[in-house]
Amino acid sequence: MNDSNQSVQSTEMQKRTKLLGWWTGGWVLTMAITNFGPKFIWDYNEVFSIISILVNLAIGAGMIIANRDHIRCMDEMQQKIQLEAMALSLGSGLIIGMAYSNLDVTNVIPADAEISHLAMIMVAAYAVGIYKGTRKYG
Amino acid sequence: MRNRLKVLRAERDWTQADLALKLEVSRQTINAIEKDKYDPSLPLAFKVARLFAMRIEEIFFEDE
Repeated sequence: MNDSNQSVQSTEMQKRTKLLGWWTGGWVLTMAITNFGPKFIWDYNEVFSIISILVNLAIGAGMIIANRDHIRCMDEMQQKIQLEAMALSLGSGLIIGMAYSNLDVTNVIPADAEISHLAMIMVAAYAVGIYKGTRKYG
Repeated sequence: MRNRLKVLRAERDWTQADLALKLEVSRQTINAIEKDKYDPSLPLAFKVARLFAMRIEEIFFEDE
């Protein structure tokens, strides 16, 4: 492996990171449009809402592929950190999410359980996992 | 698992970044291996052994 090959690998990683950023940005943008569009743009027209949801789904699929490609560009230790963070995120999402749902079902909390709260828990758990992994192997 | 990576690297006057380049991993991974915080996979251990022209067990060994 020479410097030029390593440089190609580094450039590839930057390219994958940038691509993931674009896909994620697109997904967030279409998510916002899907949620706010009916009220502020197309007056609850069902056809536009369905199109918006489908576009959001398609961009979400692209984001998943971009994330997979980004992780494949990492070395084995970086992949391990990602794996452990994702395990923490998935586990927390499932366990805390179900407990949160139970709080709603049993009327312990007055408000409805929102899926957005689950997403926030998973993102927070993922961030904690990445921080812990970086500290553990750093 | 422990290893002699830091010593072998120092003998050749290589930086962690130099070794990372040669092994196609990040400098953080080299640092973690040298500090015994991360055990490399078998393919990476073979790659290290090939790079230093040594046997794996001459570089990596179990904790006593």
